Amino acid sequence: MEHKASVLENLADVRAMIKRHKRNDSVFAVIGLICLMLGLITLMLLFWQLIADGYPKFTLDFLSEFPSRRAGKAGLLSAWVGSVLVMTVTFITAVPVGVAAGLYLEEYAPKNWFTDLIEINVSNLAGVPSIIYGLLALGLFVYILDFGQSILTAGLTLGLLILPIVIVSTREAIRAIPVSIREAAYGVGATKWQVVYDHVFKYSYGGILTGIIIGMARALGETAPIITIGALTFIAFLPPSPITMEPPFLNFEWLSSGFTVMPIQMFNWLSRPDHAFHINAAATGALIIVVTLLMNGTAIWLRYRIRKNIKW
Amino acid sequence: MATVTTPIKAEARDLNFFYSNGARALKGITMPLYENKITALIGPSGCGKSTFLRCFNRMHDLYPGNQYQGQIVMHPDNTNVLDQGVDPIEVRMRISMVFQKPNPFPKSIYENVAYGLRVRGENNKRIMDDKVEEALKGAALWNEVKDRLHDLAFNLSGGQQQRLCIARALATDPEIMVFDEPTSALDPIATANIEELMVELRSKLTILVVTHNMQQAARVSDYTAYMYLGELIEYDDTDKIFTNPSRKETEDYITGKFG
Repeated sequence: MEHKASVLENLADVRAMIKRHKRNDSVFAVIGLICLMLGLITLMLLFWQLIADGYPKFTLDFLSEFPSRRAGKAGLLSAWVGSVLVMTVTFITAVPVGVAAGLYLEEYAPKNWFTDLIEINVSNLAGVPSIIYGLLALGLFVYILDFGQSILTAGLTLGLLILPIVIVSTREAIRAIPVSIREAAYGVGATKWQVVYDHVFKYSYGGILTGIIIGMARALGETAPIITIGALTFIAFLPPSPITMEPPFLNFEWLSSGFTVMPIQMFNWLSRPDHAFHINAAATGALIIVVTLLMNGTAIWLRYRIRKNIKW
Repeated sequence: MATVTTPIKAEARDLNFFYSNGARALKGITMPLYENKITALIGPSGCGKSTFLRCFNRMHDLYPGNQYQGQIVMHPDNTNVLDQGVDPIEVRMRISMVFQKPNPFPKSIYENVAYGLRVRGENNKRIMDDKVEEALKGAALWNEVKDRLHDLAFNLSGGQQQRLCIARALATDPEIMVFDEPTSALDPIATANIEELMVELRSKLTILVVTHNMQQAARVSDYTAYMYLGELIEYDDTDKIFTNPSRKETEDYITGKFG
């Protein structure tokens, strides 16, 4: 009988202990939820504020008018065209270089102290403040290479800025491919390039694309480096059109044109004393956020679509 | 040895192997693979049997720092496949491999089998179709997949996936096929299918199989090699190894006293 009593007592202890441990579970869950909500709600409020402030300017005219001294007439035309052109240059330069560098580092480069050094530095570059890129670009592209304060300079600067993001995400996407798939390909007599092109690249491009889109979304909102290289804040003209009516139908004068981009236009309007301009700034901010969210959403959707057929 | 008249397809001659960390995984292995026979490698985990098998198609070359010493000579041309002057790609075209876990590419069934041909630059659709059909028939998979050749390979069961991998290895007409524990991830029925298939394939090529399962070695192989700590302890007819081994270590392992 004594023995049975001690078992029961023991059981009560065990139950008390489980209860205590479970309380820790719920305490952490609540703390975590509060932290999540703090971040999320702050962002939602900010976004909502932008929408509420900028609401009067959500018109097509806002997109088709040049900036003006009168706030009511001022529009975003030169800014969004500038953003699109700058992003085009960024895409064309950062994507091939970044993806090729990532593929090389992961598949071809020998593993030694030198490649380790490169690897650490590439990851660190992703964390360098963007204004530093602006200073580098001012010295290299504007003064030494004499590209001027142009779309080309801005596009290359942002390209440099997102290069580490593209390289790192490329490498991560490649690393997700199991060794067994590589060995299977080598096993039937494939060369390194055949393995990289037929398998590594084909199975990882969902992840690579995600990295590219997230990098581009970051570049879209960057202001500091563009100001550093000396982008103009008041542009009442469009760069020459990249596409022409006469052969050869392509025109590259736009690359050396002066320009502005959306975050700079927003910054410019925000720094004016007249409140009417602040409405324009809020509307621009809302537009940048919407475009960024759309790009990130596309990235998530693409990754989901592409990963669906691949299981390992 | 009973079948002295059987020609030798390949033989290891005093083969040593060192991993990049300096560990010596194989110690002076000398043994033949007879043509159109199945040779099984048995031994406890870590004895070097997979390491030995992977020397045959130079898989170790994929990882820097690994080093071979000695020879694996293929007949009738007397090529030492481990010679630095011999391209590992050429070796892999002659000796194909089936892995422990089924590892089909995330492509269609057809493309999986055709990949070895594509790698060789084959583009003619008629030839490809024929070769794919022949390989799938050879791997006893044709009847199950002929109506859905363009489905994803991942939709097949584990055993079917492994037979697909055998078809992929078969499509390029290799002289030798090496199997690295081909059934360890499969259920008993799928295992029986693969074993039956290996016995059928013997008429076309020479087979080397690593297995953890001694009954499997006894069921399918003609010759068996027992390895321990990187050394070849005993090599003989499978019947002899399992009924009357000449070494005490082999007997202990076979009878389950050890391992």
